[in-house]
Amino acid sequence: MWEYTDKVKDHFFNPRNVGKIKDPDGIGEEGSLACGDSLTLTFKLDEKQRIQEAKFQTFGCGSAIASASALTEMLIGKTIDEAEKITNKDIADYLGGLPDEKMHCSVMGREALEAAIANYRGEDVNVLRERNKNIVCQCFGVTDHEIIRTIKENQLKTVQDVTNYTKAGGGCKACHAKIEELITGTMGAREKSVTASAPKKRMTNIQKIKRVEETIDREIRPALKADGGDIELIDIDGNKVIVALRGMCSSCPSAEYTLKEYVEAKLKEFVSADLVVEEDKS
Amino acid sequence: MNKRTVYADNNATTMVAPEVRDEMMPFLTDLYGNPSSMHLFGGQVKKHMDTAREKVAALINADPSEILFTSCGTESDNTAIRSLLSARPDKKHVITTRVEHPAVRNLCQSLTNSGYRVTELSVDKSGQMDLDELREVIDADTALVSIMWANNETGVVFPIEESAELVKSRGLPFHTDAVQAVGKLPIDTKIIPFDLLAISGHKLHAPKGIGALYIRKGTSLSPMLVGGHQESGRRAGTENIPYIVGLGKACEIARKNIDREYREIKKLRDRLEHELIEKALDASVNGDSQNRLPNTTNISFKYIEGESILLLLSEQGIAASSGSACTSGSLEPSHVLRAMGVPFTRVHGSIRFSLSRYNSDDDISYIVEKMLIIEKRLREISPFTDD
Repeated sequence: MWEYTDKVKDHFFNPRNVGKIKDPDGIGEEGSLACGDSLTLTFKLDEKQRIQEAKFQTFGCGSAIASASALTEMLIGKTIDEAEKITNKDIADYLGGLPDEKMHCSVMGREALEAAIANYRGEDVNVLRERNKNIVCQCFGVTDHEIIRTIKENQLKTVQDVTNYTKAGGGCKACHAKIEELITGTMGAREKSVTASAPKKRMTNIQKIKRVEETIDREIRPALKADGGDIELIDIDGNKVIVALRGMCSSCPSAEYTLKEYVEAKLKEFVSADLVVEEDKS
Repeated sequence: MNKRTVYADNNATTMVAPEVRDEMMPFLTDLYGNPSSMHLFGGQVKKHMDTAREKVAALINADPSEILFTSCGTESDNTAIRSLLSARPDKKHVITTRVEHPAVRNLCQSLTNSGYRVTELSVDKSGQMDLDELREVIDADTALVSIMWANNETGVVFPIEESAELVKSRGLPFHTDAVQAVGKLPIDTKIIPFDLLAISGHKLHAPKGIGALYIRKGTSLSPMLVGGHQESGRRAGTENIPYIVGLGKACEIARKNIDREYREIKKLRDRLEHELIEKALDASVNGDSQNRLPNTTNISFKYIEGESILLLLSEQGIAASSGSACTSGSLEPSHVLRAMGVPFTRVHGSIRFSLSRYNSDDDISYIVEKMLIIEKRLREISPFTDD
């Protein structure tokens, strides 16, 4: 069960401004039935050019409905220029916060708002089309424009963050490298993601052998010795690291598990994510 | 808050039966001995453990020596599959299905990192597997076949007898994750030739933290836990006596009532399903309704989303579950419904109601009444309609 704040629950159980305004001044649609959430936002201005009425219709989870309800409340009384400044973080803050995995609901609100304002301004369809042409995540149809903006506004540092906030990368994962690039490009190289602690640069074979040996000595052997076992490096063939388990490890029924879940994981972490460990059976 | 609660999420976990709890209590108070000890404290406890083993065995018509106590269904599945693989290290092909529980599915997927080839059998629109496909994918490199007895999300029951016979006729070992089936469907080791079968206590009114693995005589087993000689050396670690006794009692009750409960629970489930399908604005059943657990129905409500439905049901005291992405903790909706080709538009609004012996006719009326109100309410918020 998700930990929702009382404010989220209130806006979910008692949503404000449900519906669709007839002849609205602006309309924005975001998401789709297939993606699992969708929002239609409409607003109408008064004679002083302030938002007099804002309504929403949402297909989605509790936090999607609450985010849309909150957004309409935030919009009423604002000018378009003021409304334009609302970020997804503002929506989440208004609700007293959202679970990390649900931040994309607040982003959907901001995206629908952006679309509704563009619609109000009668923005050139070609400009919008240009902005939306570079789809990074095919599974959820997320563009680089949306990802970059969300990274900036929320100071996102890891692919997981980007997935939580935009859904990008939450499906087949094929776009993770591209998202990593966008994070580095937007936030600069100073913030390295935790998962990327393995050196990225191409290593020479000599360097690789040295690193593997160091990692075995420092990280792996002491743990195996504690259980009466040992490990010996036999060969490195490209990305294939061939080792032999010694002592207690050689007869241990979970040797296969140790090899993959421990030895390989450590080598991937400290040397290169491409490494595969195999046991020398001879 | 409302006082009424209706628990309809019994495929997730079940209430501990009061008789089971009572049976366990002495082992949490006076009878605390270690069954391995050479004194009266241990000896009397050992007898109760033996009786529990007999009761578990009786539920599936097995010999008590074929029952290994574990900590949960996942441990049983992991022990079964890893054991079978280590017994034939030269074979590198594993066959399972696309709709297994993560205890089997994720384990098999992780095997691909260790040089294994994994074939996941497909299912059709009704969630049913194809025996011909199984026949075709078995090859000379196949190490084992693992097919679940009944699906946790849809309740669809696979043709385990035919599958096991087919696999055995090719000289291969057959494991089945029967966590959802044990206690609900009659299972007989003398009739169906599976080699290993996983049982989970908390799915049949025993507590969480206890499971069992049936191991047919003559099947070699390499232990996951190495240490003392408990469980005939097949699983080290001091036995969890109170829970073992609880599982024994739960199996005894299930065995005694299995036919009557099947009829009674099925009647409730059928009524729930018929009324919802008939009265809802747009609802459809997911899964083969001919071959199905008696307690499970998986229904998709169009244009509304599962998590929202669950939150509103929960507000009314009703517990159910959903295959929607928003409830899974990932962004991917149910792998079971997607394997069946249920359109995304229906997956997101899927709700599973799973009943038990503790549900009543009134519960069904209450669920139907509240569910229809919730559907209407969320439809009013939803941007999608048919008109």
